[in-house]
Amino acid sequence: MKQFSKECASPSSIPRKLSTQAVVSARAAPRQIGSYAVHAMFTCGPLESPRPAELTTPVTDLFAARSQMAISLGFHIVFASIGMAMPFVMAISHWRWLRTKEPVYLDLTKAWSKGVAIFFATGAVSGTVLSFELGLLWPNFMEYAGPISGLPFAWEGTAFFLEAIALGIFLYGWNRVHPWAHWASGVVVGLSGVASALFVICANAWMNAPAGFDWVDGKPINIDPVAAMFNRAALHQGLHMTIAAFCATGYAVAGIHAIGLLKNPASAFHASAFRIAVFIGALAAVVQPLHGDRLAKQTAVLQPAKFAAMESLFRTAKGAPLTIGGIPSEETQTVRYGIEIPGLLSFLAHGDFDAVVPGLDQFPREHWPPIAVTHIAFQIMVGIGVLLAAIGAWSLFALWRRPVWLHSRKALWLFALCTPLGFIAIEAGWTVTEVGRQPWIIYGYMKTSEAVTPMPGLVYPMMGFTAVYLLLAFIVTWLLVRQFRHVG
Amino acid sequence: MLVDLIALFLAASILLYSLLAGADFGAGMLEAFVRGDRAEEERKIISHAIGPVWEANHVWLILAIVILFMGFPKAYTALSITFHIPLALMLLGVVLRGCAFAFRHYDVARDRAHLYYAAIFVLSSFLAPLMLGIVAGASLLGATSPPEAGFYAAFVRPWANLFSFAVGVFTCVLFAFLAAVYLIGETTDPPIQRIFVRRAIITNVLAILAGIAVFLAAEFDGLALARMFAGRALSLGSMIGATVLLVPLWVAVKRHRTHLARVLVAGQVALVLIGWFRLQYPIIFNSRSDPLTIYTAAAPDPALRYLLYALVVGSLIIFPALFYLLKVFKWSATQEA
Ligand code: HDD
Ligand code: HEM
Ligand code: HEM
Repeated sequence: MKQFSKECASPSSIPRKLSTQAVVSARAAPRQIGSYAVHAMFTCGPLESPRPAELTTPVTDLFAARSQMAISLGFHIVFASIGMAMPFVMAISHWRWLRTKEPVYLDLTKAWSKGVAIFFATGAVSGTVLSFELGLLWPNFMEYAGPISGLPFAWEGTAFFLEAIALGIFLYGWNRVHPWAHWASGVVVGLSGVASALFVICANAWMNAPAGFDWVDGKPINIDPVAAMFNRAALHQGLHMTIAAFCATGYAVAGIHAIGLLKNPASAFHASAFRIAVFIGALAAVVQPLHGDRLAKQTAVLQPAKFAAMESLFRTAKGAPLTIGGIPSEETQTVRYGIEIPGLLSFLAHGDFDAVVPGLDQFPREHWPPIAVTHIAFQIMVGIGVLLAAIGAWSLFALWRRPVWLHSRKALWLFALCTPLGFIAIEAGWTVTEVGRQPWIIYGYMKTSEAVTPMPGLVYPMMGFTAVYLLLAFIVTWLLVRQFRHVG
Repeated sequence: MLVDLIALFLAASILLYSLLAGADFGAGMLEAFVRGDRAEEERKIISHAIGPVWEANHVWLILAIVILFMGFPKAYTALSITFHIPLALMLLGVVLRGCAFAFRHYDVARDRAHLYYAAIFVLSSFLAPLMLGIVAGASLLGATSPPEAGFYAAFVRPWANLFSFAVGVFTCVLFAFLAAVYLIGETTDPPIQRIFVRRAIITNVLAILAGIAVFLAAEFDGLALARMFAGRALSLGSMIGATVLLVPLWVAVKRHRTHLARVLVAGQVALVLIGWFRLQYPIIFNSRSDPLTIYTAAAPDPALRYLLYALVVGSLIIFPALFYLLKVFKWSATQEA
């Protein structure tokens, strides 16, 4: 921190973009960046940073590229989350079948695996689109980022293979391999799914907490892919995503079978399914806010601008208040209709009610992310997180002591209504992460506008892919409904 | 050295993608010609053959892309910019093929929807390899212009030409040929086997014609393809080898040695690709303004080194698993109940 303040005194050593001569080590930086160091880095120096790419790339093209990326990721993440969590949910019922030989568990495992097969195929192809889109949309980003942060993707390749191979055996191997080997293939699908997610999050976390290179004359040198992969944001972002996948999938499956039970209360099929799914979802939901708090503390340190935007903290404050809800306005720099709890934000961010939390005033205006979107998305995620955790704690108690509670019509209705909430929270969480990082694509090093492809007319591919994804989302939903009618 | 090893892995992934996933696409193309009272049967065999393996086969493409962007980032960038349109169309094909296949296989109800799935499945099975071939041909041709030259010159003309199109068609036919020979072994029912044998004969003839068309189109677009072949012993040798292999291949088919036929046809297609790779080496993207070789496009050493570790360790895990998958589904006589 001290070192950075000293550097700021001499204009020629202003970090990266702000001066092309600058030499900044992203390897040394992580250990030194305290919240102050980071905001100091942004506040000193000549701030009218040149943005050549924006002059040549029409805003509509950039916007189209962002929209296409967001839609593709927002689509993929739903299937990826299900691909991570569902194999474990199925492993439970599959295990019960092998142990108890109660046919309901066999029916359940088979019914789930039919649904899941559709999700896996869609997840795999939409992921493939993403790996091309990184280049199709952000070639200038990939030219630098590929060698530095490509390593997790290389490992992910192995996880993909294992997953696809195990999936083939699981889906088609019912009578071909030993029953327990077959069960194990299902677990391998889940394990490699989680591994893929952890790897890909390492790559994403690197965009938030760049590490493993020195930035010299506008180019990265001395790259260290291992340091980049194990950057400071990776572990907790990865954990948070994994828990989120279990939470969202658990609640979604529980909700669907709750609807089944509402229609047909005597169905042993839906009852077994419901119990397994509630267990998984509730467990994850209870853990998530605790871990979310840990993640937020990390964001406060690594990306104070994003943190200030999430909390709509316009002015730096000692004993900063927590603003719940509300609509922030960048013009007036105020939040309307929010509830303020004095001192709580300082406590949440730094464990001390009197700590200083840097606000947006510490950052030049052109380095602000879109405040309203980031703030509102964060409120949605946390709101859902708290709600699902409360329901989760209650359900875990019920599962343990009072199973009949869960089967009351009111409880079933509650779960039915919660069906989409976990996924809404996931989309909201990613909006916080990605929009909150703007205008940077590599936080502090490269702007999104500099990364976009020179090809004009990007709205057309954007509209095309959007149409395809909408169509696929529609068909997948329709197929699930058809399947549901068929079994229920 | 390091660079060459990474390039070898890249070539191997493309090769395996073509031999494995290529056949899955080929089977989809063959479905277009399914007719008559055995149509349903034939469709079933095709989807049974693809079902357990296509997702694993598909990962070779992802691996190739990852090697490209981590190992040869400049080439990945340049290819993505210039070939945005055909690559996007290829992705469209990949997405629609995979989804239509899964939807069809798992849709519990049997109604009109299946007609649409089948149509999309077949069309997208043509689209993806066609575009893949177009991009392959266009990267060799290298008729590029910088973005300042205008939209058409920079983003359309590099791939919208006769040569690239001919390579695209050749790719399709080659994949269909591969699939037809593989499929012979998927059934023990003689009349259906005869259908696949007939398809193999037709696609084989088409492949030869399409191959000749590639050379003619190259002349038309000013690429001295024949001379390039003649100048490289390995390319020429592979071409001759691929042609000679046709003889044992057809003997094997006639004698119902279906496994041997599979190996021979895979070897044949592999030779065609190896010949092509040698033709390109060391160029990845023969861009007119800025040709990129594996050396000029390579990432810095640390990136290549760690990529190599990941690939080697990955291979040690993947190959046994893949072997097990093929053993369970392709080399055992038991049929799924
Ligand atoms: C079921 C989904 C879900 C739920 C209930 C929550 N989250 Fe979350 N959150 C995610 C799903 C998610 C996510 C989609 O998975 C994100 C996006 C990036 C990431 O790694 O996880 C995320 C990101 C994310 C970030 C941004 C990290 C960054 O960009 O640096 C923070 C600070 C939190 N979360 C905090 C919380 C808190 C305090 C929660 C308390 C209730 C919470 N999350 C519940
Ligand atoms: C490894 C994972 C990910 C990588 C490498 C990645 C990469 C990117 C890139 C390159 C962009 C374009 C530049 C930008 O606007 O920031 C982007 C934008 C975006 N991504 Fe991510 N992303 C990842 C995960 C996700 C996920 C899972 C979502 C889920 C919804 C997501 C949502 C978005 C959104 C909403 C934008 C647009 C931001 C804007 O409005 O400007 N990202 N991401
Ligand atoms: C950050 C959010 C992401 C998470 C949590 C995630 C996780 C996963 C998981 C669990 C799978 C396997 C499940 C399935 O097949 O349905 C998967 C598939 C895939 N993902 Fe993602 N992913 C994310 C973003 C990305 C990005 C940014 C890319 C590309 C650069 C990508 C590329 C792929 C590919 C290519 C597949 C297909 C693998 C196959 O064929 O089996 N993913 N992802």
